[in-house]
Amino acid sequence: MSAHFKKKSAGTKQEIPTASMPDIIFMLLIFFMVTTVLRETELLVNVSIPQAEAIEKIDQKRLIQYVYIGPEKLESGTGEPAVQIDDAIVRDLPQIRQAMYRALREEPRTIVSMRVDREVETGLLYDVQQELREAEALRVNYSTTREAE
Amino acid sequence: MPLLKKRNKRDAEIPSASMADIAFLLLIFFLVTTTINADKGIYMQLPPPLEDEVEPPEINQRNLLNVLVNADGQVLIDNEVTNIAAIRDIVKRHILNNGREPQFSTAPDKAVTSFKTKRGLSYERYIAVLDEIKSAYNEVRDEAARQEFGVTYGEYKARLDEDAEDEIAERFPLKISLAEPDPD
Repeated sequence: MSAHFKKKSAGTKQEIPTASMPDIIFMLLIFFMVTTVLRETELLVNVSIPQAEAIEKIDQKRLIQYVYIGPEKLESGTGEPAVQIDDAIVRDLPQIRQAMYRALREEPRTIVSMRVDREVETGLLYDVQQELREAEALRVNYSTTREAE
Repeated sequence: MPLLKKRNKRDAEIPSASMADIAFLLLIFFLVTTTINADKGIYMQLPPPLEDEVEPPEINQRNLLNVLVNADGQVLIDNEVTNIAAIRDIVKRHILNNGREPQFSTAPDKAVTSFKTKRGLSYERYIAVLDEIKSAYNEVRDEAARQEFGVTYGEYKARLDEDAEDEIAERFPLKISLAEPDPD
């Protein structure tokens, strides 16, 4: 009886061809190589960004100029809040204006993304924004993560 | 003739069996280091720099909703004490008032929300309040898009052609003014 249910097995070989495997891997590899952006700046300040609900995505990564604000990392723990642009800490605020002028000259559609630590007082943020306004870098994004629901 | 080298008769092929392994290793490296997600956050437009000659534009006091936050995170809206959770509703009422209540706006496209804080406020609270204001606008736009097109504002916007006018954004413009804090 049970023989009745036996499937006929084909006489041919049942192997998946693996010759194209390296090609597939290479394609994936190239995809990730192209999309990858290695962390280009080393953070010199501690930043833990807040959460929010009404957020938008910025698709054009190349337009973004980051400004980091947070307590400075020191060997003995953390210090006073400081501003970091690119890979250096900005000691006086007018330098921010210079940096923004430069960014805007290269890319007029620059969006300044503020990555600010949640504990920082807004007074410092306003001072930075005054500099951004002077440089006419008016497109600002307050970087946040999505609120967990 | 003696200058001719002896030819090795063995196969001179590079073994390619390990090619896939090498590719795999590289793949895993890039998989781990990759960050595809672009930045996200609350998008705002800063006011242009002040020029001395130019007077700030006159705004009917009705159309201006003043949101003030002090260093402890206490909220004052048009001189009335409220809390952060109530901001969204008040801003929505302000936008959609259409002249009904005397303390709120005369028309949605004229409504301005001014946001001003003390310098000592923590950034986390600042974002919490800004998030509520922005959410109020998003909800108003969402409701309008649902009523007229039966989709959310995000979907409506995605469907718009490149140069078509965004009717809803035009009717409910995002007029949030980030005011400078007074020096303490």
